[in-house]
Amino acid sequence: MPCEDFQLRLHGYLDSELDPVGSTEVERHMKDCPACAKAYENQLALRSAISNASLYAEAPASLRKRVRSAVRRESGAETKTPAFFWRWLAIGAPLVAATAVVVLVLSLSPRFSRPASEALLTQEVISSHVRSLMVNHLTDVASTDQHTVKPWFNGKLDFSPPVKDLAAQGFPLIGGRLDYLDGRSVAALVFQRHKHFINLFIWPTNEKDSTPTPFTPGQGYNLIHWSEAEMTFWAVSDLNAKELMEFVQDFAVGKPVNPL
Amino acid sequence: MEEDEKLSHFEQAILPHMDAAYNLARWLARNEQDAQDVVQDAYLRAFRFFGGYRGGSSRAWLLKIVRNTFYTWAQQNRMQHMSEPFDEHLHVVESDDASPETVLVKKADGQLVRRVLEELPIEFRETLVMRELEGMSYKEIADIADIPLGTVMSRLARGRKELQKRLMEIMEKET
Repeated sequence: MPCEDFQLRLHGYLDSELDPVGSTEVERHMKDCPACAKAYENQLALRSAISNASLYAEAPASLRKRVRSAVRRESGAETKTPAFFWRWLAIGAPLVAATAVVVLVLSLSPRFSRPASEALLTQEVISSHVRSLMVNHLTDVASTDQHTVKPWFNGKLDFSPPVKDLAAQGFPLIGGRLDYLDGRSVAALVFQRHKHFINLFIWPTNEKDSTPTPFTPGQGYNLIHWSEAEMTFWAVSDLNAKELMEFVQDFAVGKPVNPL
Repeated sequence: MEEDEKLSHFEQAILPHMDAAYNLARWLARNEQDAQDVVQDAYLRAFRFFGGYRGGSSRAWLLKIVRNTFYTWAQQNRMQHMSEPFDEHLHVVESDDASPETVLVKKADGQLVRRVLEELPIEFRETLVMRELEGMSYKEIADIADIPLGTVMSRLARGRKELQKRLMEIMEKET
């Protein structure tokens, strides 16, 4: 490789953008050409000067606030209630009232004793799971190391979630993410089983401890919920119910479970 | 998309990249106030275009909007100094005269590096910022700046060379 070519490809090499053949050629050239080897060293020196200079400009907190509320305003501007809504309200309101009575009656019967808020939360958990896969935002911190993921939550949450890697049990940890559920910021741990992802949402609760209970709300997802040591846990995945329960048993070691 | 759903989807996917957005805007505009205005404007645009977001890196998607917002804003404000024309073909990377000053560059003071990077022509500055500070791949940079992959590499080569040269000049003068 002529030195001129090297001077350009050196940068692809520095940035790990060359294919294996290209990298080998660059390395071989450096062995034979002291001047180019020196140029490489100079680039490494420059890179460390850049990283030592702390040049990254983080967004000020005031800007975060400003942008968030500007976006919310913009969003509000797009959701003006259309006029036909009011017309339908006149017809719909009595119907809604009637439905409410039926729902109330049904919810009082023991068969429907699961609180409505829990059903809502179930939906919220599924939505968060789906969204995390849809928007290519599965993790904020991508690491298979529990000692990297756990400290990452420090200062981002007002609690410290338990983090475990279950690679040995066949559920490797992929990373962690902040999410928003039940009106608060929560920790989301992401695990993988073959091609399936599992989101485990964790946040503090004053519920008393409960055994892992499976839910199958339809839509092809399985959920398992339990509480332990003043934390509430929701595992959600498109993984089958049996394997998801295995995951939960591995995570909450030694906990008895409610049958599927 | 339902509006509430759109908002919460947006807040989760795009808001977390505000540091990246601000960092790029700050290095393009070279002052905090303008950078903040550019970021806010870019976020509003991003929200309007969010329906057209088709997956892929949400950070790269946002940075492309930040960059376009900046260039539009700079044009409106008739900023001349940002676009010193720089013909890449006239500035082929010449071979390095391998100075023995590696150690010197390594010791460059942070303030000095900042100043020298700020004074680089904008196309090298933005490419270096995306690569060195944001850690983006050539492909992402090519997509954001709308240039071929080869140009990303030649801009980095040229930018680093220029940065090194200017740093050395100043440091040699000082010692």
